[in-house]
Amino acid sequence: MSELFTLPVLLGILYSGVRLATPYLYAAIGEMFAQRSGVLNLGVEGIMLMGAYTAFFVAMSTHNLWLGLLAACLVGLLMGLLMAFVSVTLQAEQGISGIGLHLFGLGLSSLLFKKTLGSVESISGFQPVKIPVLGDLPLIGEVLFNHNLLVYGAFVLVPVAWWVLTRTTLGLKIRAVGVKPEAADSLGVSVTRIRYFTVGLGGVLAGVAGASLSIALINLFQENMTNGQGFIAVALVYFGGWTPFGVMGGALLFSFVNALQLWIQVKGINLSSDVAVMLPYILTIVALAVGRRSQQPAALAKPFERGEN
Amino acid sequence: MKTLAIRLSLIAVVAAILITACGGAPIPAPTQAPQIVEVTRVVAGTPVVEQVVVTATPPPVVEEKPFRIALILPSSTNDKEWSQSIYEGVLAVQAEMGAENMEIAVSEDTWQIPNAAAAARDYASQGYDLVITHGAQYGTSLAELAVEFPQTSFAWGTTTNTFQADGINNIFAYEPKAEQGGYVNGVMAAMLTKSGTVGITGPIEAGDARLYNAGFTAGALATKPDLKLNISYTGSFSDVSLMSAAAETHIASGADVLSGTSQSVTGAISVCKNKGVYWFAVAWEQFDLAPDIVAANLIYRWDGLIVDMIESHKAGVMGGKAYFLTFKNGGLEMKYNDKIITPEIKAAAEAAIKGIEDGTITLAP
Repeated sequence: MSELFTLPVLLGILYSGVRLATPYLYAAIGEMFAQRSGVLNLGVEGIMLMGAYTAFFVAMSTHNLWLGLLAACLVGLLMGLLMAFVSVTLQAEQGISGIGLHLFGLGLSSLLFKKTLGSVESISGFQPVKIPVLGDLPLIGEVLFNHNLLVYGAFVLVPVAWWVLTRTTLGLKIRAVGVKPEAADSLGVSVTRIRYFTVGLGGVLAGVAGASLSIALINLFQENMTNGQGFIAVALVYFGGWTPFGVMGGALLFSFVNALQLWIQVKGINLSSDVAVMLPYILTIVALAVGRRSQQPAALAKPFERGEN
Repeated sequence: MKTLAIRLSLIAVVAAILITACGGAPIPAPTQAPQIVEVTRVVAGTPVVEQVVVTATPPPVVEEKPFRIALILPSSTNDKEWSQSIYEGVLAVQAEMGAENMEIAVSEDTWQIPNAAAAARDYASQGYDLVITHGAQYGTSLAELAVEFPQTSFAWGTTTNTFQADGINNIFAYEPKAEQGGYVNGVMAAMLTKSGTVGITGPIEAGDARLYNAGFTAGALATKPDLKLNISYTGSFSDVSLMSAAAETHIASGADVLSGTSQSVTGAISVCKNKGVYWFAVAWEQFDLAPDIVAANLIYRWDGLIVDMIESHKAGVMGGKAYFLTFKNGGLEMKYNDKIITPEIKAAAEAAIKGIEDGTITLAP
């Protein structure tokens, strides 16, 4: 056990944890915006898959990673708006329509993959960029400040999301719509417009989450490659108490424990691999059970109809 | 009342459409030209001539029906691994038999047992001759189906259990001797490593992965007893992201040669490509993913056992046979990347294969 607490191993956990947390951060921050405005979007996984596919395909065809990323944003936006149309305009049951969106993304990305690529191929994705000065810091410089741009972007997103949510009029409107939509409506805030915006934004970020896998971290596309990460992102929003820093804490904790369990195995520590792979999930359940729910939007998953509430 | 009338008329319209549609279907042409004979009949004293068309009964055509195989796969036909290997095997048999003599149906991404069982039931009830459920998790549901559909042969693996002990006679079982291929890959990996550390990134500690890893360990340690061999499992066959993190972890702990199984290894290969670490591949061709990184590729050749299952079924033996893929019977084949594998390493690998074939190298199952 003692060999687990050596410096190289701890730095290794830090490095892998930061990388693993990246897609969760994009997807969960996007989902947090949607939920704070009262829309539960369970289709994040499907949007991530479409984002991953589109980014990979466009980047491979055009040899331009930025175009790939842009395409993933657009596809994410379209799917987010589709979710908004179904759940806000048509007022469909959000849980069910989200699952529908997931299955749609899963099926469509697999179909497009088969028709356009046919088999798994890899590309050269976003390369690590060393941040001047910080990257030269002893020990942590290499593990924290030598990543690709999408990893940095995910961590920059957290304070930006916090600022938008708590320090801007837009953030106030989002929160108001999520807590008491009828009151917000009576004050002239368009519930529909705000919810379209947040679900659309959530879609864009879920698309980027998918792109971070296919053109920055793993650099290939494979059918169903997100493997449930979109659903974990939804859980992380609850885990993080609907706050950006809470979500980041959850994403990092989950990723660090995942990295830790891999190191436990690689270091040959006598713990069954089955127990090791369960660790992050056990921890998530425990944290969810004891976590506070003070920020849960009161109108979460409830469609708003003007005049009826 | 009005609603009832509307409903009835709707039903009538739908029925009419259906009848018209059915009636509109082309009637197959008789196989022989109709024979026209003249018959004279007396009706009320007046002879009337009428024509009667008589179609001669065609002789029974003994037509061999195409053999119908259904393949139920846990992942996709292009996974470069477990599922693709058997799919390519079935295609090879079809090419041999002729497309007109063999019909293939494939269900992909049915890792979950209820989905696979539903697909298997569907194919069996459609009269498929052989239904292959390609995964060690499908056994129990197969045993239930086999009793219900005795005219269909079923097959599954990795296992040797045909359920004959339970009185079921229409299930085949198969098992690639992954430990044999693992042994040979282990020999080469031990010779190729410069750092003296080699890693295996497995999916779940069971079935094919467990056999392969055991063989790999035996081969590597027999070649270099002081080798440091690290093994990890992601707990999933499909988690590409965690598989790439596992590969990163192995590399960070000093490994410069990696190997592993399951369709999620593409994530590990991508990391190896990025870091310039060699990879030993299993099940199906992975060279094209990273031509400068994939050092050797163990291939599963399924065509031999598929042909035998078809012939057995035709001869009335519906199951009860367990097959192995081995180097000796051609079920396992090793392909080398000559850019990486030196003649010396290749010679050691070939010697290991020969030793396994002639029994001088024994591997615990």
